[in-house]
Amino acid sequence: MGGRTARTGVKDEKKAAKGMWSFDSQFQVTNTLADAVFNSAKASGQAVSPDCNHIGTLDKTPTSFAINRSATQVESRLPLEKVQQTNLVSISSGYTENWGESNMADASPKTDISTDADTDEKSQRSDRGKLNAVVASDSSDRSKGSLDQKTLRRLAQNREAARKSRLRKKAYVQQLESSRLKLTQLEQELQRARQQGIFISSAGDQSHAMGGNGAMAFDVEYARWLEEQNRLINELRTGVNSHAGDAELRIIVDSVLVHYDEIFRLKSNAAKADVFHLLSGMWKTPAERCFLWLGGFRSSELLKLLVSQLEPLTEQQLVGISNLQQSSQQAEDALSQGMEALQQSLSETLSTGSLGSSGSSGNVANYMGQMAMAMGKLGTLEGFIRQADNLRQQTLQQMHRILTTRQSARALLAIHDYFSRLRALSSLWLARPRE
Amino acid sequence: MDRVRDLASKKAAVIFTKSSCCMCYSIKTLFYELGASPAIHELDHDPSGRDMEWALRGLGCDPSVPAVFIGGRFVGSAKDVISLHVDGSLKQMLMDAKAIWF
Repeated sequence: MGGRTARTGVKDEKKAAKGMWSFDSQFQVTNTLADAVFNSAKASGQAVSPDCNHIGTLDKTPTSFAINRSATQVESRLPLEKVQQTNLVSISSGYTENWGESNMADASPKTDISTDADTDEKSQRSDRGKLNAVVASDSSDRSKGSLDQKTLRRLAQNREAARKSRLRKKAYVQQLESSRLKLTQLEQELQRARQQGIFISSAGDQSHAMGGNGAMAFDVEYARWLEEQNRLINELRTGVNSHAGDAELRIIVDSVLVHYDEIFRLKSNAAKADVFHLLSGMWKTPAERCFLWLGGFRSSELLKLLVSQLEPLTEQQLVGISNLQQSSQQAEDALSQGMEALQQSLSETLSTGSLGSSGSSGNVANYMGQMAMAMGKLGTLEGFIRQADNLRQQTLQQMHRILTTRQSARALLAIHDYFSRLRALSSLWLARPRE
Repeated sequence: MDRVRDLASKKAAVIFTKSSCCMCYSIKTLFYELGASPAIHELDHDPSGRDMEWALRGLGCDPSVPAVFIGGRFVGSAKDVISLHVDGSLKQMLMDAKAIWF
């Protein structure tokens, strides 16, 4: 940064000054050099006005040339160690510039700096450093070394540039700070979401299942199951489209049904670990969740969709499918009513006893008893999910029994396509443009 | 066990339950839906309830309730009942035992 160089430059100058003059106080420098300049100017017979302003207005006059020459003479006269031309010229130029500044409507560089938001020493030094660096090259360019308007303008521009640079730096730092804050917040959210078992996949990390957390583990298993399902269904589709033989088709159909058994087994395990995750349907896509019933799909609805696609069906098959639809509907109703009874029972357990008149210890015992009972009731949720999945599994098996192999194949394809479309709908929905 | 057998043979459809069990409520609802009127015995309100529960577990009923008997024969728990219902067997059993007529 400019500041650093300035400080280094200042240090060098300080070294060079060797106590002859201190750069911290420009007036000291001014006075010391002023005497030197005046003396040399007098010596060369030039009429130099002690008035600062007068010097400031000099514009390529012999006098200004003299001043520079005097500066050089000053250098040779004063015993300085390792003084570089640049440094001394910087000092003198800074000094003259100081004088020049007093001429301008807006005071000295010091005042200029103080009008900025940053009034610390660092910025002053950086300012000075920049000035010195630029002015040095300026003066070394021109052999005449004048205090002309161009220089003044250039100096002003430098100051402006320095100020803008400082503001930019400030803005950047503020941006960094807010980004850092946001990052911390996002990390916390991620941590919370992970704890709640929402599956967040990192690139190429799908094989890594977190055993400790049941919800996440299930989500991973489900994702894998879906992949395998897609593969099997594609195989089935190829078989159906290529008019494969019954025997061949039956093998693929059986493998698909066995694969369905697999998801019900996975769900059964997951229900033990985290029944509420299954019930929430968070492991499914949003559109699928619309139709969620006891942690999965409704068999009766599925059959309604299939009937139209499975025609032509024999009389017997129609009766069979119709009965199956009715049976699954009845079982679904029975399970739904059981769930309602459970909800009611749970509410009653949690709401009774709040108006107990017995002592505080009695209330605590009541409370704990209530909680224990409520815990027991919650435990039965697992049973409901299990029976709901049992119903789904049995319905698929029965459907397969009623239909021919080819019809079963088409039914399984239709079921898969339906859920695929629901999942695609979910993706579209999530990606929809929002204001 | 004797008490269980005894009660089970008294009616065409018999279900052993507990008053707090909601799955029992579901199975009862299913039977009513089918038009049956099964005899309901709540183990938690029966003096020999604990023995009966032990006996039902001995028959392989897990969880012990609901335990369903049709025509005096042990059918099973909720899982069995649902499976039999889906493939149409439950209705047939009820008709055979004269618990329902259509």
